[in-house]
Amino acid sequence: MNFDFSEEQQMVRDSIARFVQDDYDWDTRRAIVASDTGMSDKAWQTFAELGWLSIPFAEEDGGFGGNIVDTMVIMEEIGKGLVVEPYLPTVVLFGGLIARAGNEAQRNAWIPSIIEGSTSGAFAYLERQSRFEIADCLTQAKAAGDGWVLNGEKVVVFNGANCNQMIVLARTSGEQWDRDGLSLFVVAADAEGVNRVDYPMMDGQRVANITFTDVALNADSLVGEAGTAMATVEAMIQEATIALMAEAVGCMGTLNAKTLEYTKTREQFGVAIGSFQSLQHRMVDTMMAYEQAKSLLFKVVCEYKQDPASAAASIHALKVFIDKNAKLVYGEATQMHGGMGITDELDIGHYAKRLMMINTTFGDATYHRAQYIDKAYAA
Amino acid sequence: MDIAFSPEELTFREEVRGFFDEQFDDELVSRLRGDNFKEAIVEWQQRLYKKGWIAANWPVEHGGTGWTPTQKYIYETERSERGIPGVIPFGIGMVGPMIYQFGTTEQKEKFLPGVLDSTTWWCQGYSEPGSGSDLASLKTKAELDGDHYVINGAKIWTSYAQYADWIFVLVRTSNEGKKQEGITFILVDMKTPGIKINPIISIDNEHSLNEVEFSDVRVPVENVVGEVNKGWTVAKALLAHERTGIADVAQSKRNIRLIKEAASAEMNGGKRLLDDAGFQAKVADLEIELMALEFTELRTLAAMAAGGFPGPESSLLKIKGTELQQATQELRMETAAYYQGVLPNGMDPEVLGHSWAHDAFRNYMYGRASTIYGGSNEVQKNIIAKYVLGLE
Ligand SMILES: Cc1cc2nc3c(=O)[nH]c(=O)nc-3n(C[C@H](O)[C@H](O)[C@H](O)COP(=O)(O)OP(=O)(O)OC[C@H]3O[C@@H](n4cnc5c(N)ncnc54)[C@H](O)[C@@H]3O)c2cc1C
Ligand SMILES: Cc1cc2nc3c(=O)[nH]c(=O)nc-3n(C[C@H](O)[C@H](O)[C@H](O)COP(=O)(O)OP(=O)(O)OC[C@H]3O[C@@H](n4cnc5c(N)ncnc54)[C@H](O)[C@@H]3O)c2cc1C
Repeated sequence: MNFDFSEEQQMVRDSIARFVQDDYDWDTRRAIVASDTGMSDKAWQTFAELGWLSIPFAEEDGGFGGNIVDTMVIMEEIGKGLVVEPYLPTVVLFGGLIARAGNEAQRNAWIPSIIEGSTSGAFAYLERQSRFEIADCLTQAKAAGDGWVLNGEKVVVFNGANCNQMIVLARTSGEQWDRDGLSLFVVAADAEGVNRVDYPMMDGQRVANITFTDVALNADSLVGEAGTAMATVEAMIQEATIALMAEAVGCMGTLNAKTLEYTKTREQFGVAIGSFQSLQHRMVDTMMAYEQAKSLLFKVVCEYKQDPASAAASIHALKVFIDKNAKLVYGEATQMHGGMGITDELDIGHYAKRLMMINTTFGDATYHRAQYIDKAYAA
Repeated sequence: MDIAFSPEELTFREEVRGFFDEQFDDELVSRLRGDNFKEAIVEWQQRLYKKGWIAANWPVEHGGTGWTPTQKYIYETERSERGIPGVIPFGIGMVGPMIYQFGTTEQKEKFLPGVLDSTTWWCQGYSEPGSGSDLASLKTKAELDGDHYVINGAKIWTSYAQYADWIFVLVRTSNEGKKQEGITFILVDMKTPGIKINPIISIDNEHSLNEVEFSDVRVPVENVVGEVNKGWTVAKALLAHERTGIADVAQSKRNIRLIKEAASAEMNGGKRLLDDAGFQAKVADLEIELMALEFTELRTLAAMAAGGFPGPESSLLKIKGTELQQATQELRMETAAYYQGVLPNGMDPEVLGHSWAHDAFRNYMYGRASTIYGGSNEVQKNIIAKYVLGLE
């Protein structure tokens, strides 16, 4: 047993940390979020040049051949720097689905271009009515000739407005909520009949609502076998959830560090506020919350690395645990910064908003607690 | 022990309901959400003024309602349940009472009418960059020059300074003795040369906060309220006023109602969210906490009705009330789930699926401040520990 990172993992971690420090300071990040697209092409090209976009892909597809530990390392650094560029939607979700379910032609078409930074991807799977139920899918792809015609609407698609390619989950048979009959399609963002409404979420991430009106798809756009997408998507969302939880742990660590620093320097009543025992105890609580969250993340990552199926219940547990501890960490960080903590100018509130969004992404704590109970207490 | 309202109180409740139904109309609601908040809220306050209900906590002789604590409770409950905003506190809730309590006859005549009819907008210049919880360490100084004080320094977190006609300021007039002993409470016309307002955008993306800088601002000595160097007495009396009603149980009850409404429309896996056992447990926990807090508030009111004055115990209401406000705001945000968006200007709220999600966002984000202002919850706990429990 060991919880050490390989030399390569340490190098990746250090290079992202250096990037954040040198090229992604708070003012830069603010300007990026306020820009038209809400992301920086320049930063994305740097990600490509430094090889970060290649990490999870297999060597035979031109990738680095990394595993979930590598993804965790990257996402934790992304969390620390509050990086908004679409690593999760493009590399983890879009690329991950192609890598999992795509045929050789699809892998050749998309993975090298993701790695070099020219393909920006998204995964469009949720709908207005679906909340966290993936199978609650009304979007339809009907067979037409040797291709398909796509109709429906997807909401809150991460990177939905900036992507040039997306994978869309659509029903090719069955009824709403049926696990069978779901299929995945690659759809070009500029295809006729695709309409995107772009907006920022509270954490500055760009999302889109996307409607598909009689979008004609050729036979090659089907990813995997028709009607069997549910297992692929669930497995994909599990992996993406781990990645997202690593980002959360990164955010929590930075919030704690910044808050600790603030309580050591902010003076009231002639002393640093960190000298008040009531605050000290709470700083200890948030430190413990972070360490505990990290421990559970490590457990999940280790299980997943051995056998993804064995991690199913622990992933739900992790989502519940991060929800509770992230709330503690961002709540205390805001409170201990006093008035400063609720300004838009300071980064503290933005870390809080990112954690709040993370808490409801891929299912909130109520949802995952119920799922955990289902799996862990099944007769 | 009896909690039933008397027939007179029930009649009063009907009158309040009738007034709100008639006067708080949809047109006003939409204007309050729009770009000209100031104009809309002033108009609402003037409707209250015409009715004679603007100053619920003032004595009748100065233009107050003379309501009993129970009447105030009924009024506040009906108001909050309808989502009607409270009166902007800086005039009616803060400076007005200080002027009728500590002010000269001239000051009362000059300032109270504008406070009552909302023609003067006031703001509160207490906090400074270096003096928040430790308010008494404030450094903004006022030096005597003939019959004027000359003020230099900076105030921060000044809510709605951008709208204000006047500001009441705590200034340092002496550096001798204890820090509390050299403070003076003074009224300053915002049009006086040397005042500069720098906006601060808060995490709800709104502009209510400001920094207010003073450079050589000349203020006539007759604008001092109370005695020179005794401003701390005035400042603390004001804070007691600030704390009353801060628990706002009715607002949290309203939020619970809104959560239930939303959760009965929101679907999850073909079921109403409200039918989800895990979600029900969360709502139930909050409702149970609120039941207790409502009666803590009533006990405080009853003590006041019996002639008592809310003591340091009311810090309990502030702490628990704000904690519950935040918890209900948080659950409402979670009910909105994926739709926790920040809408760019001019965007149809329906894009997020729920027209109320943006409201939930703003309430939740601004709500973070309720455990900080009015004396942070940590400071309130220090007060309880020291003055209620006798802990040093
Ligand atoms: C939305 C909003 C509106 C406001 N409006 C106004 C206004 O109109 N006018 C005005 O004058 N002010 C206003 N304020 C300022 C408010 O009163 C101060 O923010 C508050 O007094 C806290 O001061 P601070 O922000 O400097 O925090 P600090 O005093 O620096 O506190 C930082 C943290 O340390 C904790 N702390 C401090 N001392 C102790 C202690 N002894 N023991 C334990 N913990 C301690 C605090 O609780 C807090 O968590 C407003 C603030 C906000 C957020
Ligand atoms: C916006 C805002 C809102 C606030 N709201 C409230 C509020 O609602 N209620 C409230 O009480 N305060 C409130 N405060 C003020 C804050 O609580 C005070 O700054 C805090 O209580 C510290 O006061 P103080 O220590 O300067 O002493 P004081 O409050 O002046 O002290 C009170 C008494 O204790 C004595 N005392 C003070 N320090 C000591 C000591 N170290 N040892 C022995 N005796 C001592 C004093 O001599 C005096 O008799 C608020 C401040 C701000 C900025």
